[in-house]
Amino acid sequence: MPYTTIVFYVFALIIVVSAFMVVFTKNVIHSAFALFFTLFSVSGLYVLLNADFLAITQIMIYVGGILILLIFGVMLTTKITDINLRTKNLNAVSSILFSSGIIGIMIFIILTTKWNVKQNPEIHQETVSKIGTALLSDYLLPFEIASIVLLVALIGSAMYSRRIKD
Amino acid sequence: MEIGLNHYLVLGAILFGLGLYAMISRRNAVLVLMGIELILNAANINFIAFSKYGNLGVDGQVIAIFVMILAVAEAAIALGIILNLYNNFATVDIDEANSMKE
Repeated sequence: MPYTTIVFYVFALIIVVSAFMVVFTKNVIHSAFALFFTLFSVSGLYVLLNADFLAITQIMIYVGGILILLIFGVMLTTKITDINLRTKNLNAVSSILFSSGIIGIMIFIILTTKWNVKQNPEIHQETVSKIGTALLSDYLLPFEIASIVLLVALIGSAMYSRRIKD
Repeated sequence: MEIGLNHYLVLGAILFGLGLYAMISRRNAVLVLMGIELILNAANINFIAFSKYGNLGVDGQVIAIFVMILAVAEAAIALGIILNLYNNFATVDIDEANSMKE
């Protein structure tokens, strides 16, 4: 068995188990920390998929940015001393049936479709220069629009979260 | 057994389903946001798997970068909205917040 297979199954196991913990645990802080493991293992899978730049970006943006933001959100919106951090699930049984049905349908479709797969995927090459070239040639307009989106998001979130003095 | 495209796609499907469950069943607004992050990660795994095994090339990775950019913007805006909700209603339970103003 090649090493990549073992590494893939280890990361996949961590991803699935910690995603289950994100979804099913009662404590909000516990699900935030389980999400940490999920995002880290997804970045490990990116390394397996020859996407080294995206793996680093995943760690920097998701783990370093979004997850910290989410934990801030949990801590700012919960009175830790007064109310416990537990949360209930709504319509748990029907939601589990619905989403497992969706998973089943998607896995059925994936396994029965004949994908147009490359016969021998190339071995690892560095992707940073390719991504940079693509961003500044083919994807220049979406790249600039993304900067405008980030500026608008910055202004919008600052406007939303200020306190209005009256 | 060699790892192929199907393994990554099945993993993405499972992650998508779990995120969907979190979105439709959780009551805490922050947990709904975590479900959205799971779904976006599942989409990114699929894009990058196709970029290696399919004929997508480096385009798949560029699309994944744009997905990450939008995820950051969405998380910042959503947390602003959730803080506002908490200031107005003193709860982040989505079922409790059923009016536009208190």
